[in-house]
Amino acid sequence: MVRLEKRANPSRLWSVATPVLAVVLTMIAGGILFAMLGKDPVAAIRTIFWDPLFNPQFAAYSRPQLLVKAGPLILIAIGLALGFRAGVWNIGAEGQYVVGALVGAATGLALYPMDSRLIFPLMVVAGGLGGLLWAMIPALLRTMFRTNEILVSLLLVYVAQSLLASMALGALRNPQGGGFPGSRNLSQWASSANPELVAGTGMHWGVVAAFISVIGAYVLLQRHMLGFSIRLAGQAPRAARFAGVSPTRLVIVCFGISGALAGLAGLFEVTGPAGQISLDFAQGYGFTAIIVAFLGRLNPVGILLAGLLMALTYIGGELAQFMLGLPAAAIQAFQGMLLFFLLAVDILTNYRIRWTKREAA
Amino acid sequence: MKRRVLLATAAALMALPAASFAQGMDKVKACFIYVGPVGDGGWTYQHDQGRQALAAEFGDRVDATTYQESVPEGADSERVLTQMALSGCNIVFATSFGYMDAVNNVAAKFPNVKFEHATGYRRDSANVSTYDARFYEGRAVTGTIAGMMTQSDKIGYIGSFPIPENIQGINAAYLAAKKVNPDVTMSIVWAYSWFDPAKEADAARALIEQGVDVVLQHTDSTAPLAEAAKTEGVIGFGQASDMAEFKPSPRVASIIDNWAPYYIERVGALLDGTYEQKATWAGIAGGEVEIGEITDVVPADVKAKAEEVRDAIAAGELHPFTGPLNKQDGTEWLAEGETPDDADLAGMNFYVEGITGQIPQ
Amino acid sequence: MDIGGINIITLLATLIVASVPILMAALGELVVEKSGVLNLGVEGMMIIGAVIGFVVAVQTGNPVIGFLGGAVAGAALAAVFALLTQVLLANQVASGLALTLFGLGLSSLIGQGWNGIRPPLTRDVPLGPLSDIPVLGPVLFSHDWMVYASFALVVAVWWVLRRTRAGLILRAVGESHDAAHALGYKVRRIRMAAILFGGAMAGMGGAYISLIRVPQWTDGITSGAGWIALAIVVFASWKPWRVLLGAWLFGGISVLQLSLQAAGSRIPVEYLSMSPYVITILVLVFISSGRGRAMGAPADLGKTFHASR
Repeated sequence: MVRLEKRANPSRLWSVATPVLAVVLTMIAGGILFAMLGKDPVAAIRTIFWDPLFNPQFAAYSRPQLLVKAGPLILIAIGLALGFRAGVWNIGAEGQYVVGALVGAATGLALYPMDSRLIFPLMVVAGGLGGLLWAMIPALLRTMFRTNEILVSLLLVYVAQSLLASMALGALRNPQGGGFPGSRNLSQWASSANPELVAGTGMHWGVVAAFISVIGAYVLLQRHMLGFSIRLAGQAPRAARFAGVSPTRLVIVCFGISGALAGLAGLFEVTGPAGQISLDFAQGYGFTAIIVAFLGRLNPVGILLAGLLMALTYIGGELAQFMLGLPAAAIQAFQGMLLFFLLAVDILTNYRIRWTKREAA
Repeated sequence: MKRRVLLATAAALMALPAASFAQGMDKVKACFIYVGPVGDGGWTYQHDQGRQALAAEFGDRVDATTYQESVPEGADSERVLTQMALSGCNIVFATSFGYMDAVNNVAAKFPNVKFEHATGYRRDSANVSTYDARFYEGRAVTGTIAGMMTQSDKIGYIGSFPIPENIQGINAAYLAAKKVNPDVTMSIVWAYSWFDPAKEADAARALIEQGVDVVLQHTDSTAPLAEAAKTEGVIGFGQASDMAEFKPSPRVASIIDNWAPYYIERVGALLDGTYEQKATWAGIAGGEVEIGEITDVVPADVKAKAEEVRDAIAAGELHPFTGPLNKQDGTEWLAEGETPDDADLAGMNFYVEGITGQIPQ
Repeated sequence: MDIGGINIITLLATLIVASVPILMAALGELVVEKSGVLNLGVEGMMIIGAVIGFVVAVQTGNPVIGFLGGAVAGAALAAVFALLTQVLLANQVASGLALTLFGLGLSSLIGQGWNGIRPPLTRDVPLGPLSDIPVLGPVLFSHDWMVYASFALVVAVWWVLRRTRAGLILRAVGESHDAAHALGYKVRRIRMAAILFGGAMAGMGGAYISLIRVPQWTDGITSGAGWIALAIVVFASWKPWRVLLGAWLFGGISVLQLSLQAAGSRIPVEYLSMSPYVITILVLVFISSGRGRAMGAPADLGKTFHASR
């Protein structure tokens, strides 16, 4: 009989070893999948995991792109992880990401074509506020009416997506765009652009913000009273109450932080890599970030690594598609498998497996 | 055999740094980036057919095996385009309007790689060409059939997005139908999607319930035809691809996007050194817009009339927009015998007189 | 019966057909959530059901076997979720999202080469004299057999949950797994059964799209129906009858929106398309604020259960 026994503390050894184990398992399972599709499994795995980092032909470009792709994922996931640790479930980051981008872009476009160095900072503030306010809807409904925040935040994603479509086709549409949906290009207007800060590194303000958020979250959780409250509320809600942690305040703060970070991610994306508000703007970063948060074990450093790993599978997956002719669908299935394995082996971190003699049930 | 390939590859490698395309090339690597999956049965499917025709045409001289499907517009497309350029593609076909900024950004960084952008209008650097098809010419043919075939004098049009390409199609179809049937009226439904089978089916149903018995579609799935098949006497047309599986009815004819001639011409020009930057907008005459077989469900006189329209357009004797024509508000657009120039067409943002309803803003 | 140029009877008949996929998937998810499990992978299970159902129906020439195939495929994918969340105790939100990602990829992989094929036709079977009743006849009783089956399933789910011991146990598990465990119920086994049922229902809902609604196979054919199904369960406050209403409302709004356009009405489309979600949020607030906890979510929804003994 196999029996699971909860560990008093998560195993340090396994929390490092399990992601490695998961990646190895995915490589094996993915290799079988690729072989079934008639592709060389070794070449496919190497293209996904190795080439973006070390292939002389691509690496100089792909390595910085890892940061560009991982930046928004990390930024959003950090905010979400704080809430998840406290038992506050914001799964609507995608909506906050979209609204942050919309509010920020609208602020900038209202001032078009003014030329000022203050416009970009103003847009950043507006983007963060937009995400924050959108996140306040589930937070306030939760605290005032005890409405389930998982569901409200999820539903608001759909509302945000409709809003995005209506803005791209209507209010924010580029008047000089020939009737095509989509706003003016913000990355090509100097006042609103979020450019690469050091050429060839992929670093833009969003990536900088992501790194700051990782450090900030780490410090917060380790040193700050709020971080203590968050951890306590998640591990022992009753004890937290006795310790004077206000659940209401915690919900508001967690939603506020995660909403603002998601809004910022959206703003940095719309002014930088994406460049404009378009119908295709919502690419699921908000949902992928949930996965990143869990893969990173809700730990800031873990999230940083998980975000980079996720970005690697995207970029390596693209390379595998056009270098080896793997279908896009195979890459998607491969990513799904990676997540399955990461989630599956996580049990080793928190539980001890005991082999016991068969007992009478 | 092997030796010859080796030599060809070596020659191609030597030609690359020199980048003197005027001398022609021994081997060309042509790459494709698609907005949807190759299995969409419509837009992307037809581009992929063009790619396969290209490979078949030139055999060993052209490597057209590199393509990537389902690339979202925005940041991801820019990365994919860059990686394609880095991987040694000589010419890249970007097959969606939304890739416009990305194509022009990447093209500026890779002056030795040719970029071909479908349906776009920006050619910022000398290595960017654009190409499009005069789908509205095909609409004039299907509009003629629609006007003659309708029993209820009501025809319907499922639009994707209210952009000039759709509005050209609506106006052309309406004018052609009106010419052969002065009593005809047209209902327009916007699906706000290029591809959403369930929604397209609902849109077709909504039109049929309004008494419409001919459905024209500007969306890419076969769902409207499948819906039309459920009601006796309702007909429709294949869009983008032939949609032959719905022959002989409800699919009585089709507008096929045939990109093969263009791809063969452009890559051929690259091979023999005659390649030049250009903006192509070909129609029935150039073979890009093809009218699929008109089935026997259509009476002989209707078929003859439709073929007459098709041949007259191909011969340049007939322009689907020939004055006198008024805009919807009654103001004059084209005087007697006048035809619009390409800029006028490309920016079309109004209905012609007689169409009810408004273009959503 | 025309209002604003729209024939209400045909509109209602259309929306009933249009809402079958989301109704089936939402009913399945309702049972899953009643057992205390939140499976966000509905979209993934639906699309796997859509592709397998299609392939099986074309291969056998029999749409009924196709629907069975879709159900089995949906349940098979759900089994992965059950393994992850119930045996390996992984987080349900993350596992559900991974399920959707995997399902979308796998379906498109399986579906390669199945584009552009017409599946065997499923005919409407008007229910004899019932279909001759004015108004109700054409609206309710002139459809294909799956429509009737979905009605029957609403009744069946309601009956099982409310009137049977099995339903009582299921609800008990969802309200408090610890208490249910203490009473000797096999929490994990019950939840796994519920998850498999949910997968089968989502699979059948997906197969309805590819076999009857559209009918064809194309990549991404479910286009978000699974997410709508999730919203409906909440809208319905976990009651089968209201799931039916919710499915009609959500299915109805998209149909109505297109019908209004076809009839030439000028309405802002975007606001109409976001209205069901806003209404759902308001309903949620209403439920949670005033009318007591009994109507709300299962208390242990989304929590991981591990029996320490």
